[in-house]
Amino acid sequence: MNMMVKIEEKLYQNRYIVDENRPHITIKDEAHCAACTSKACTVCCPAGCYSTNEAGGVTLATDGCLECGTCRVICQDSGNIEWNYPRGGYGISYKFG
Amino acid sequence: MVEKFDAIVIGAGPSGNAATYTLAKQGLKVLQLERGEYAGAKNVQGGIMYAHELEKIIPDFRDDCPTERHIIEQRIWLLGDDNYIGTNYRSEAYNSDTPNRYTIIRANIDKWFAEKIRAVGGLQICETTVTELIRDPSGKVIGVRTDREGGEIHADVVIMADGVNALLARRSGYQKEAAPENVALAVKEILFIDPELIQQRFGIKDDEGVVIEIMGKVTKGMVGTAFLYTNKESLTIGIGCLVSDFKKGDCPPYKMLEDLKNHPVIKPLIEGAEMKEYCAHLIPEGGFKAIPQLYGDGWMVVGDAAHFNNAAHREGSNLAMASGRMAAETVIELKAAGKDFSAGNLAGYKAKLDESFIIKDLKKYRELPGIMHSNKQFFGAYPDEITQAAHNWFTVDSVDKRTKEKAIMKSFVKRRSVFGLVGDAIKLVRAMR
Repeated sequence: MNMMVKIEEKLYQNRYIVDENRPHITIKDEAHCAACTSKACTVCCPAGCYSTNEAGGVTLATDGCLECGTCRVICQDSGNIEWNYPRGGYGISYKFG
Repeated sequence: MVEKFDAIVIGAGPSGNAATYTLAKQGLKVLQLERGEYAGAKNVQGGIMYAHELEKIIPDFRDDCPTERHIIEQRIWLLGDDNYIGTNYRSEAYNSDTPNRYTIIRANIDKWFAEKIRAVGGLQICETTVTELIRDPSGKVIGVRTDREGGEIHADVVIMADGVNALLARRSGYQKEAAPENVALAVKEILFIDPELIQQRFGIKDDEGVVIEIMGKVTKGMVGTAFLYTNKESLTIGIGCLVSDFKKGDCPPYKMLEDLKNHPVIKPLIEGAEMKEYCAHLIPEGGFKAIPQLYGDGWMVVGDAAHFNNAAHREGSNLAMASGRMAAETVIELKAAGKDFSAGNLAGYKAKLDESFIIKDLKKYRELPGIMHSNKQFFGAYPDEITQAAHNWFTVDSVDKRTKEKAIMKSFVKRRSVFGLVGDAIKLVRAMR
């Protein structure tokens, strides 16, 4: 079965308390991502926060982040991801978990 | 003036709740800090809760604990492309007054636990992220810094129950970053559905529950498992694989979950249900060899943050609760004896763990994670061969049974060779022994 899965539709069901303009995860050096051949973050992130951009780099949008830590684990050798928890009370807020 | 507690517990998951409750019940001045909007807001579990460890902490938990269904039937399914082979175990004996396993909705349990903690005098403060440990010049942990204004709080001992990411222990140099092959990424959904449909489709009544653990082609050859659990008015369905395998592959986790939901065997079970939440979480899968340093001057680490998860038996929250309780008991004993919380004295926590099922079980399966990681045939070739063999065997087509046997054997040997098959059997025995 080869169908497109829209991650946005899944995330739409979740409750988020967005900390405007204070992303808890940042890419340190965009040039590093542009040179990265695997860009595994664009596949592995369960919320689809990472996408390849037109310039051949990686764009990160943390609004849908589920705070799982996968990106930090897969990119640990480069250390190019600055990964923090959101401020207290912000971010994903699971109703059921 | 900086406020001081006997103990600070970081995190309101199963391990942190067990620790906080145990400490507060003994009259210690304990502060529990949780970064979520409420207890449970950041927590994800399949989830099956094992009664025994909760019972040790709160013996009468069944009086008001919001569990979903008690489990009377366990199914283990191996999925092929359009088929499955499996085993079921069902027993009327599980319909007792004190069931052993329940399906749960994580957030409901954590909110309930928060009330229990308050009732015994524990202080739980939410919406507060701990940003770092505070240490004195000798390196002893003496408190925490939070993201609240004037957010410095002191304590005799800090128990880190902050989950699988264990940011505080890692940033303090107490443990290394998790290796991608030592953590699984699991994604899951909760699907709401008419309880009558759950009863019909799973053959159960009242609060009886069925859980299905799934292996096979749905993980696309990656090391991983899936599950489908029955709650009162919902089903939870999820799938998880090692992060190292996701990293090498080209299948996003949510696509894998969608394919599972559309598998011809699974689809009829969840048909018509409405998805209400999508979650993702890492699971510690490295076993005994991945356990970090567990204590030091003024600190202990418990639960997922200590990598306590028995992947072979899908047990995690019971190890979390047990380790939280043991850390708390260590504190209570030292305090009663008038001793300090130096690393030497907190070694008592490790001694308790070593004597318990936690370390004994993880040690028993210490080779399993490595063997699974480096032997992908258990997740690719075998599910394929076994489901095909079953299909061949049960299809009545006038081919004589001996010829069928030969064809099945030949197919296995072709895929794995005789040495491969024998070697795999030895590896499995070694891993499970």
